[in-house]
Amino acid sequence: MSAPRAGSSHDGTGSRPRVGLFVTCLANIYRPNVGLAAVALLEKAGCSVEVPLTQTCCGQPSYNNGDLNGAARTARQTIEALEDFDYVVAPSGSCGGMLRDYPRLFTSEPGWQQRARAMAAKTYELISFLTDIRGMTSVDAAFPHRVTYHDSCHGLRALGIREQPRRLLATVRGLELRELADSEICCGFGGTFCVKYPEISGRMVGDKAAAISATGAEVVLGGDLGCLLNIAGRLGREGGKVRVYHVAEVLAGMADVPGLGDPRQPSGGS
Amino acid sequence: MEPLSHAFKERAVWALQDETLQVALNRAKDGFAVKRAKAVEGLPEFDALRDRAVAIKNHTLENLDHYLERYADAVERAGGKVHWASSAEDARRIVVEICRAAGAKMITKGKSMVGEEVGVNGALEGAGFEVVETDLGEYIIQLAHEPPSHIIVPAVHKTRGQIADLFHQNHQKYGLSRKLAEVPEMVNEARQVLRSKYLEADVGITGANFLIAESGTSVIVTNEGNGDLTCSLPKVHIVTAGIEKVVPTAEDATTLLRLLARSATGQDITTYTTFSTGPKRPGDTDGPEEYHVVLVDNGRTTMLGDQFREMLRCIRCGACMNHCPVYGAIGGHAYGWVYPGPMGSILTPLAVGLKEAGNLPNACTLNGHCAEVCPVRIPLPDLLRTLRHREYQLRLGLKPMRWGLAAWVWFTTHPRIYRLGTRVQARMLALLAGRKGRFRRMPFAGSWFRGGRDLPAPQGETFMAVWQRRQKGQGR
Ligand code: SF4
Repeated sequence: MSAPRAGSSHDGTGSRPRVGLFVTCLANIYRPNVGLAAVALLEKAGCSVEVPLTQTCCGQPSYNNGDLNGAARTARQTIEALEDFDYVVAPSGSCGGMLRDYPRLFTSEPGWQQRARAMAAKTYELISFLTDIRGMTSVDAAFPHRVTYHDSCHGLRALGIREQPRRLLATVRGLELRELADSEICCGFGGTFCVKYPEISGRMVGDKAAAISATGAEVVLGGDLGCLLNIAGRLGREGGKVRVYHVAEVLAGMADVPGLGDPRQPSGGS
Repeated sequence: MEPLSHAFKERAVWALQDETLQVALNRAKDGFAVKRAKAVEGLPEFDALRDRAVAIKNHTLENLDHYLERYADAVERAGGKVHWASSAEDARRIVVEICRAAGAKMITKGKSMVGEEVGVNGALEGAGFEVVETDLGEYIIQLAHEPPSHIIVPAVHKTRGQIADLFHQNHQKYGLSRKLAEVPEMVNEARQVLRSKYLEADVGITGANFLIAESGTSVIVTNEGNGDLTCSLPKVHIVTAGIEKVVPTAEDATTLLRLLARSATGQDITTYTTFSTGPKRPGDTDGPEEYHVVLVDNGRTTMLGDQFREMLRCIRCGACMNHCPVYGAIGGHAYGWVYPGPMGSILTPLAVGLKEAGNLPNACTLNGHCAEVCPVRIPLPDLLRTLRHREYQLRLGLKPMRWGLAAWVWFTTHPRIYRLGTRVQARMLALLAGRKGRFRRMPFAGSWFRGGRDLPAPQGETFMAVWQRRQKGQGR
């Protein structure tokens, strides 16, 4: 297992750390491009990336709806799939944060708690892993657009992710970042919250969409697909022109596919 | 007050559609958050202060019986009387009895959340007393016959126009019949009305922000000075306070005061801080002849013994609701009881039961902003999640949700089937959405769309499928 290295050139010989990518269910089902972008970025950062096929969901639906036993069952699945890697990385602050919370699910099972702790200690959200652990300071990508950035709550508050994506975005050629007013206010997604209380959720994402439009940005980026689906859904309904991407897609230079909820390219697209 | 929390969903929707309320909420929205942020920025030791506050509160809660006894002894030494109320009903009865014994007709009140909690006003009015709230916000909602919608700013849901109308309707009997438009005029008119009440009052009832054990002192903070007048002018002063309000020393109280003002209103210190200890002593120029303290338990000792103990650190600053986007969207009344917002979503189910208030802990995105600003570091989202767990164990939630979760857990623990299932789902959704790339509606998913949003369609293949193909292609 490699120690953190500085610099951004990792051509990797003996010391390539083995990273287990936790894809997350939303990236798996909705946007494989985010998973591919994550792989590309991790490889650029000198990691060897593997994706165990036995991984599924992080367990948040159960955890946040009070079914702690169910969450523990899903968590065991994840731990078994990923605990042997040097690092576990997820392109989501929310799911990454959940993996870090696993020890809480096993307060009466010391064996599992031990394993959960060990895995939690090496689990990271993608962007902060690239910058904080792999020392990545720049990316080789171009995205000549005005963009704004939404700080998803779990990444921001549970994992302290704020500057990391901005630092890397600043090195994307042609990209102009316009800060979003209230970028730290929740978009109203909240997992099952958005379908349990759709009217309240709708108001919150409406406020978010208005703030995004006010920046004059052409594109909004974020680090969590849940929030991004919510935001893209609202922007789409309002008929605006703002496009929505996961920040990893832009950083990896892979935002050449339609944004979330955009019409498919006539050639047949994905 | 009778809880209306079971109707949270409906009440939330009304609130969202109530244009006047939305005007009031929007006006209030950023004000408090911005002021708090400035105040915190101006005090580099804010976080250290928070740590100290947590330590003070934890220590006191661990030794609560000891400090309550010390406090009660000190009150009695100073000539006051302490009453223990284990329930809301007890508290109401005790207050009514004291007022009867005093031969009271008119009672003035300072703002007291515990008073709201146990329903003091209703009990007193039912017993034939005239009760007048002297905090401007409380006075306004008393005229409107409404409960508070915020624990610091009880009338935050009212617009200036609504308040002008209320005054116009209610002040004519005092010969004040001009319709007012400006805030200072309204404040003056309310003061004028209230001044005569202070002088007439036989009993003054206040809450307490802190009770100091070493001296038997109760501390209240106000911005209008009404607390002073309520506790010193009438011949009887009653303090109503939850048992968690006690702190060991005056020094501890000042530590908490520094946090309270900054967290609540962004002030360095509240305009008036009133310390009162016992009745008037021989030689004092003013003060009440009788001094009573009603210490209210009403479920607090139960909290002390379970997972919700940390909630007893709460100093009722309101920062959690000022930073809560759900509260910001629907205001306080939708929550249906006395305490709204994040802290209320924990206290309400604990007080009135999860059956009545099960929606409250669920109506939260767990975004964590409340815990980030809570001066005494209460892990509000964790406690909300714990309540959800309790609800799940009691089988109180919606059945379809339970089934859905059970199915999902099964799915997530069978990875082969999970891969196949997600593959079919991604493919189907992408096909159905076609070129448009998103859905405007979809059967069985109406709730998503009721939020006024489309649903983006998947790209078409799952990541796992793409990855497996890529691995094969690379001959691994
Ligand atoms: S929970 Fe914390 S933020 Fe909310 S009112 Fe209590 S002390 Fe203030």
